[in-house]
Amino acid sequence: MSPTLRFVLCGSVDDGKSTLLGRILQDTRQVFADEMERVAEDSRRYGTRGDAADLALLVDGLLDEREQGITIDVAYRAFETPRRRFIVADAPGHEQYTCNMATGASTAHLAVVMTDARKGILPQTARHTRIVAMLGVRHIVLAVNKMDLVDWDRDRFESIAAQYRAEVAGIGVTKVQAIPVSALTGDNLTRRGSASTWYDGPTLLEHLETVDAERPADRQPFRMPVQYVNRPNPDFRGYCGRVAAGTVSPGDQVLVSPAGTPAEVESIVVWGGERQQAARGDSVTLTLQPQVDVSRGDVIVAAGEPLEVADQFQARIVWMGDEPLTVGRPYRMKLHTQELGATVTRIRHRVGVSDGAELAAANLERNDLGVINLATTRPVPFAPFDESRALGGFILIDRATNATAGAGTITFPLMRAANLSWQAFDIDRAVRAQMKRQQARCLWLTGLSASGKSTVANLLERRLVTGGRHTYLLDGDNLRHGLNRDLGFTEADRVENIRRVAEVARLMVDAGLIVIASFISPFRSEREFARSLFEPGDFMEIFVDASVEVCARRDPKGLYARALNGEIRNFTGLSSPYERPENPDVHLDTEKLSPEQCVKLVIQQMEEVE
Amino acid sequence: MKRYPWLSALESEAIEIMREGIAAAARPVMLYSIGKDSSVLLHLARKAFWPAPPPMPLLHVDTTWKFREMIAFRDRVAAEAGVKLIVHTNREGVDAGITPFTHGSACFTEAMKTVALRQALDGGGYDIVFVGARRDEEKSRAKERVFSLRSPTHQWDPKAQRPEPWNLYNTHLQTGESLRVSPLSNWTEADVWRYIAAEEIPIVPLYYAAARPVVKRDGLWIMVDDDRMPLEPGETPRMRRVRFRTLGCYPLTAAIESDAATLAAIIAETIATDHSEREGRLIDHDDEASMERKKREGYF
Repeated sequence: MSPTLRFVLCGSVDDGKSTLLGRILQDTRQVFADEMERVAEDSRRYGTRGDAADLALLVDGLLDEREQGITIDVAYRAFETPRRRFIVADAPGHEQYTCNMATGASTAHLAVVMTDARKGILPQTARHTRIVAMLGVRHIVLAVNKMDLVDWDRDRFESIAAQYRAEVAGIGVTKVQAIPVSALTGDNLTRRGSASTWYDGPTLLEHLETVDAERPADRQPFRMPVQYVNRPNPDFRGYCGRVAAGTVSPGDQVLVSPAGTPAEVESIVVWGGERQQAARGDSVTLTLQPQVDVSRGDVIVAAGEPLEVADQFQARIVWMGDEPLTVGRPYRMKLHTQELGATVTRIRHRVGVSDGAELAAANLERNDLGVINLATTRPVPFAPFDESRALGGFILIDRATNATAGAGTITFPLMRAANLSWQAFDIDRAVRAQMKRQQARCLWLTGLSASGKSTVANLLERRLVTGGRHTYLLDGDNLRHGLNRDLGFTEADRVENIRRVAEVARLMVDAGLIVIASFISPFRSEREFARSLFEPGDFMEIFVDASVEVCARRDPKGLYARALNGEIRNFTGLSSPYERPENPDVHLDTEKLSPEQCVKLVIQQMEEVE
Repeated sequence: MKRYPWLSALESEAIEIMREGIAAAARPVMLYSIGKDSSVLLHLARKAFWPAPPPMPLLHVDTTWKFREMIAFRDRVAAEAGVKLIVHTNREGVDAGITPFTHGSACFTEAMKTVALRQALDGGGYDIVFVGARRDEEKSRAKERVFSLRSPTHQWDPKAQRPEPWNLYNTHLQTGESLRVSPLSNWTEADVWRYIAAEEIPIVPLYYAAARPVVKRDGLWIMVDDDRMPLEPGETPRMRRVRFRTLGCYPLTAAIESDAATLAAIIAETIATDHSEREGRLIDHDDEASMERKKREGYF
């Protein structure tokens, strides 16, 4: 159990959050006499309790708050009882101040969610619960307030608690403790209420004093993001940071992520000396042996327990910017001590606040919750937020206004191949294709001369490039002038021609490109050979189909005429066979379809296979 | 720190905040008021950057009405920590003859503290300004972020504070803006005293009870620190055992009667008291919500 419990008070407007906090502070003797005098004075001026002291005024500290009788921004208050020390964040209930609530919730171990016994669970109650859960809070106290106004009705309390438990199921909250209270009378806050004899659970304070709400830290490997490199003289190079997980001692073997450089911890330097161990939460300065290259933003980790490194993530986000979150707009991202550029590549969905529904969204407005895909400008070491708040939580900063525009939590990396350390992973086809943000593959167009292959291939390439894809078009013209210059038109040469084309296409797919190969390729066996060079799904056979009669009529290069005249031997469709594909991935009937329609069909099929 | 296990967590958090501030800073500075909170702040800076000296100068805004003991202490401590000490006084204010006695506490504070601070900050062009503010000091501070944005005219806009999730501090600034950084945000007065005791941090002796010459004005004990203090008719300084909970300008900071001459006694008294530490500060009483107004104007 940690010596300090940080908790956040949240819930809808007028549920009595500030009053409850004021009451707890007063009952635990945290309020000075002169403060109370001030509250009494303020109560006569702004209070809502007639001449009685309005305890909310103890914590609503801003002029606007007292004048409007609401909480605008989160107030922090530290207090202690003989059993524990507390830091409480009193969060605003209004929807428009949700991001201030999120600020208060982000550092909390536990949330006290308040609800008015007369009103039950309101949409804002559910919204706050969802946000605190997203920000990492696992323990919740549901304080059903104003019980005095419903005559301490047990059924009422239990039905609210049951409804709440049902609503929070599946959002990551592991423990809900429901407590019937009255902030006004103080019942069940710091002392047992005489009217609720049916309630045998702890008072709010008892629960807060004894709950173990921190995530277990045991058995986690050592991680420390480097905040600052301390170089007072050429002989000393210390790496300053706060231990995010695990423990460290001199002699420990470590790696510097993302580079993966190995080193040994030489010493843990503290003021005027050294220490033998540091654990999670400690701010320390490490020296390493040898003196490797380490900068702010690197993470020093236990050797053998490297951190994942990636540049694309799926993440949850609560949006806080005045401008909506927009796909493609560049933001600054701060993740532990690392700062870099980031772009939202996709909004997967917006989260319905009251029911968690996945709603389609083109952008996210202020106070919206959503799930997004995010690409960073370089690979960063990280841990999923569920494993580590310190290494998986981030903010996005608007480049134009410098505003903190969003708070996010990494769910998982999108580029599985890049797991583990950067050093450890081979640059393979998936990595190269991922850098181009596409699935590399070979689109193989087969069909008679003049069936429309070149027209479709050219248009297809244009469409793909316009969509930001990286492509290359292989056809008889660009290969026969170079690589295949030595080949003629005998059957053997034509087979060799296709073999080389297929091999070149395979290399280009390996380089991460989308290759469009446009060849008559009349023989089933050679097309099967080409297919065999690729992973399943990476080769698409596209049959560009038109009858010999139609092709001969089109005859744009006059080839059919010359073949019919006997000037060209082994002409496919006339003097040499064309084996029609039996199960092409796409079948394009160019006698009926326009080139546009053909291209659309191909792209549709590509997306289906992705 | 064994008796109060959370003190080491508060220390680590404060050090983390200082390092984040320094990593982002082009021109950092620490506001140094010579009081107990400043003493803790300086001590933490020495620990955070050891074996280097604190990588920021100290800035003291001298109203020329500080207790004499404070000035002597200031010069000694800065030299010992190996930091540069910048002392700024509003010379126009001095030349205009502004004193707490002739112009009232509000006018004096405005000219010699608020305006003087703005002058010093503008002159230095500081972007990251470390301060010893604690959220438990008063209600508007309880609302303030750890990294608190100030406009080019040093104003705080309480209704447009940046969200500050986790420990991810946004340090990006537009031209002329600055950040007030408060590493002691989550500390209480009792924490400060316990930490001073645990770390044996030197503090100005005025915090310890001793016999000092005082007069009683409006129910408060005011110390007669030098002969610039005009005495009212019939007023004669008396020797009383008093000490100070906070230190400021001597005519504006009241003493409390106390026998607490050791840290243990001070801590016991701090925990037992039913009055807030700011009670002894005259400026806070000038009008309700005076701190928020002063902060909006650039007071620290």
